[in-house]
Amino acid sequence: MPKDSGIGASTKRVEDQRFLTGKGRYTSDINLVNQTHAVFLRSDVAHGRIKSIDTTAAAAMPGVLAIFTGEDFAEVGGNPAGWAITSRDGEPMKEPKRPVLAHGKVRHVGDAYAAVIAETVEQACDAADAIVAEIEELPAVVDMSAALAGGPFVHDEIETNQCFDWGWIEDNRAATDAAIKNAPHVTTLELINNRLVPNAIETRASTADYDPGTGEYTLYTTSQNPHLTRLLISAFVMGIAENKLRVVSPDVGGGFGSKIYHYGEEALVLAASKKLCRPVKWTATRSESFLTDAHGRDHVTKIELACEKDGTFIAFRTDTMANVGAYLSNFSTATPTFLHGTLMAGNYTVPHVYVNVKTVFTNTAPVDAYRGAGRPEATFSLERVIDKCAHELGLDAMEMRRKNFIKPEQFPYVSAAGLEYDTGNYDALVDKLNELADFKGFEARRRLSEADGKLRGLGINTYIEACGLAPSNLTGVLGSRVGYYDAATVRVNATGNLSVMVGAQSTGQGHETAFAQVVSEMLGIDQSSIDIVHGDTAKIPFGMGSYGSRSIAVCGPAVVRATEKIINKATKIAAHMLETAEADIEFKDGQFSVAGTDKSVSFGEVAFKAYVPQNYPVEDLEPGLEETAFYDPGNFTYPAGAYACEVEVDPETGKVTVENFTAVDDFGNVVNPMIVTGQVHGGIGQGIGQALLENCSYDDNGQLLSASYMDYAMPRASDLPFYTVDHSCNTPCTHNPLGVKGCGEAGAIGSPPTIVNAVINALHSAGHTHVTHIDMPVSPARVWAAINAQ
Amino acid sequence: MKISMTVNGEAVSGEVEGRTLLVDFLRNDLKMTGTHIGCDTSQCGACTVHVNGMSVKSCSILAAEADGAYVATIEGQANEDGSLNVIQQAFQDHHGLQCGFCTPGMVMAATELLKHNKKPTVAEIRHHLDGNICRCTGYHNIVKSIMAASGQDVSSIAAE
Ligand code: FES
Ligand code: FES
Repeated sequence: MPKDSGIGASTKRVEDQRFLTGKGRYTSDINLVNQTHAVFLRSDVAHGRIKSIDTTAAAAMPGVLAIFTGEDFAEVGGNPAGWAITSRDGEPMKEPKRPVLAHGKVRHVGDAYAAVIAETVEQACDAADAIVAEIEELPAVVDMSAALAGGPFVHDEIETNQCFDWGWIEDNRAATDAAIKNAPHVTTLELINNRLVPNAIETRASTADYDPGTGEYTLYTTSQNPHLTRLLISAFVMGIAENKLRVVSPDVGGGFGSKIYHYGEEALVLAASKKLCRPVKWTATRSESFLTDAHGRDHVTKIELACEKDGTFIAFRTDTMANVGAYLSNFSTATPTFLHGTLMAGNYTVPHVYVNVKTVFTNTAPVDAYRGAGRPEATFSLERVIDKCAHELGLDAMEMRRKNFIKPEQFPYVSAAGLEYDTGNYDALVDKLNELADFKGFEARRRLSEADGKLRGLGINTYIEACGLAPSNLTGVLGSRVGYYDAATVRVNATGNLSVMVGAQSTGQGHETAFAQVVSEMLGIDQSSIDIVHGDTAKIPFGMGSYGSRSIAVCGPAVVRATEKIINKATKIAAHMLETAEADIEFKDGQFSVAGTDKSVSFGEVAFKAYVPQNYPVEDLEPGLEETAFYDPGNFTYPAGAYACEVEVDPETGKVTVENFTAVDDFGNVVNPMIVTGQVHGGIGQGIGQALLENCSYDDNGQLLSASYMDYAMPRASDLPFYTVDHSCNTPCTHNPLGVKGCGEAGAIGSPPTIVNAVINALHSAGHTHVTHIDMPVSPARVWAAINAQ
Repeated sequence: MKISMTVNGEAVSGEVEGRTLLVDFLRNDLKMTGTHIGCDTSQCGACTVHVNGMSVKSCSILAAEADGAYVATIEGQANEDGSLNVIQQAFQDHHGLQCGFCTPGMVMAATELLKHNKKPTVAEIRHHLDGNICRCTGYHNIVKSIMAASGQDVSSIAAE
């Protein structure tokens, strides 16, 4: 019988009731009394010098209350990068200022250089149209090679356009080079990891409310981590005392990375609210989101795989150029380096790994972590080059992977890229995949497709990722400027129900359900009496938000630790109530009992006693029942998986359709299988989107060509199949109390190489063996061109 | 200009500018924020409502065009006792939503489909949802939810 509550149960989500009835409360649903509206003026050139901004006419227009330009923030610190990276030669990274509003220069289309505050949005828009800005257009640079070759400089003071030139692990470089030079076989592949737009369906929005009576600011904003937003605004951008700034993120309509970061609009509405002493609201249009949300991916990579003739891996060497866009975003220096380079050994016992990443400024929107952040880029390079290599050597692609897998008995295993994987069983994942994806029946299905004039391909992939962003000790060594841990407070109310305050912030993952399952399991009390409180810095302990699958892997253990403290204290209270020694108390199913007797008190009675401490040993025991825990783990967690899919290619048109898709993942212990499976579905949807449809494309002048849903091909229901998802091959994480690993990014990591491998396999089946790679998105035009390139 | 309409059975009226969209009238004037805005090109379907029984993207018509119309929004879909209706319940049972932002539009689109096609096929459902974008679910559970809401057996569609 599957469980119906607690850890491991597919409990229905409590948040669904409000989402399904229109009672969700997203940032833009909040309207404050007396609020005003902000609209931004954004550059329509990719690179330009701001000569003058004339706001006179606009300022006199109906409803206009204030106009801000870059000058108003000239003294302000600006938005920092969260990670400091050092180049191979020991030089610190180049770190240009990222102002609240562009000052002096605009550096990408969409770069905001002025903002209008008015009584209504329409009035603000009308006034924005009346501002006359003289911007001298400068030559723009979009292509990374051109930027490095001395193209126009995005920042006048950085005469290389290079942020850093990073090597990982520099000490491995010579040995890797030598191993590749002497290897019996080397496969080389050049590929592009296409730039994507995260496209949460809720656009970014921020409303600020300054209270002149108390000097306190409240910022409602679409964020994956309200505490980090508060910290950045306070310590770096605006200097508002942290205790005077409350950041609230109510329901958030998806994030996928794009809402991790602090953006200038948040600072602007805060400043405007203070100036006007009225609330100021801004909601991005979808076009603004396309232009200004941090984009994802955008790597140009050359990868080499050296191996023996029998397919035994000897070395991986990677050269990557990573686009950071015009400014550094909060994680943009960590994404191509530590979230990418450290995973470049994959699931394999390869002895030598070396990764070089050159990170480049261009006149494009900032690029930062997007679902998977660095790991999809690593996995895509590895798993494509392995497939190509297997083909060159005439080996079975899956057998070649298996041959090189780290075996279960080898864990904990320190990879050649420097991470210590704690646990895993990659062969078991592949065995399960074999069974579920019915590899045996593939040839028959291929013949059916061929009879239909279609080419059928089978693609496979295995991946590993590092999740649970923490531990502070390790991230500190890697260059992080903040700590990574999480926190939870469990507050037992006098009536026995609970409020659990968590540092993790949901953007749709079902935290209110999953965290409550954990506490319910531990305390043996009904989930309906547990409320999860999140998204408000005034209510929750410090927390580092949700990204990198850290909610259940880092905040989950914080919840466990805080709940353990509750049980400890409650046990003391129960011992007092039952007039026995603490050691004699047993706690089970919500009852504290004296071992070997029928004397017991319920959790509710203990809670009541804690708050009505009459006849209470106040010298030995404090009243109240509320505990906080901060949890900083010893290592990342390492989810892994094996994916397969079959595609059909229409050789006449080049169109690819995904016929089936199977994902077998090892997420360690699973708190709510229904939610976890849903996370995988969503990730696969985005991964197939990247592989077949999505592309963020700039022209040579830096104009964004894909700036709306009419031009950016978002996957729709008819583009995607049903997925088969399995998580039965779990190897629990060895270093957190829940044994969990995290699941949010898996699908987006594992699916792109699977799809591309399948397309190549399909083409080869028809003899198009000259096609060894097609860059994503594998569009009909590209497939058709590849087929016909002979 | 002054307009009036019936929204979820209630008579409402308001003063709007000629350029005011129906979605803005619902959200800003009526404070019914269940209908969402996800784009500015009428592509995402987050704003889907019913106007005179037809599924409409409320960002693509003016409030004035709905003068005198019967409008139904997500706020009016639950059963009279406040419990979820069949379609809403199917979405919850089959985890057809994550962040919930596309969800009102999905429910309204599904409602219209099932009104005209009592037992849609998977292909028909996917086709019908072409005007609604979801970024969270990969659509698997949305399609499954709509199948289940139509009373069809979904046990063969991969679990959860
Ligand atoms: S808001 Fe109406 S279709 Fe997107
Ligand atoms: S549930 Fe988030 S967009 Fe559909």
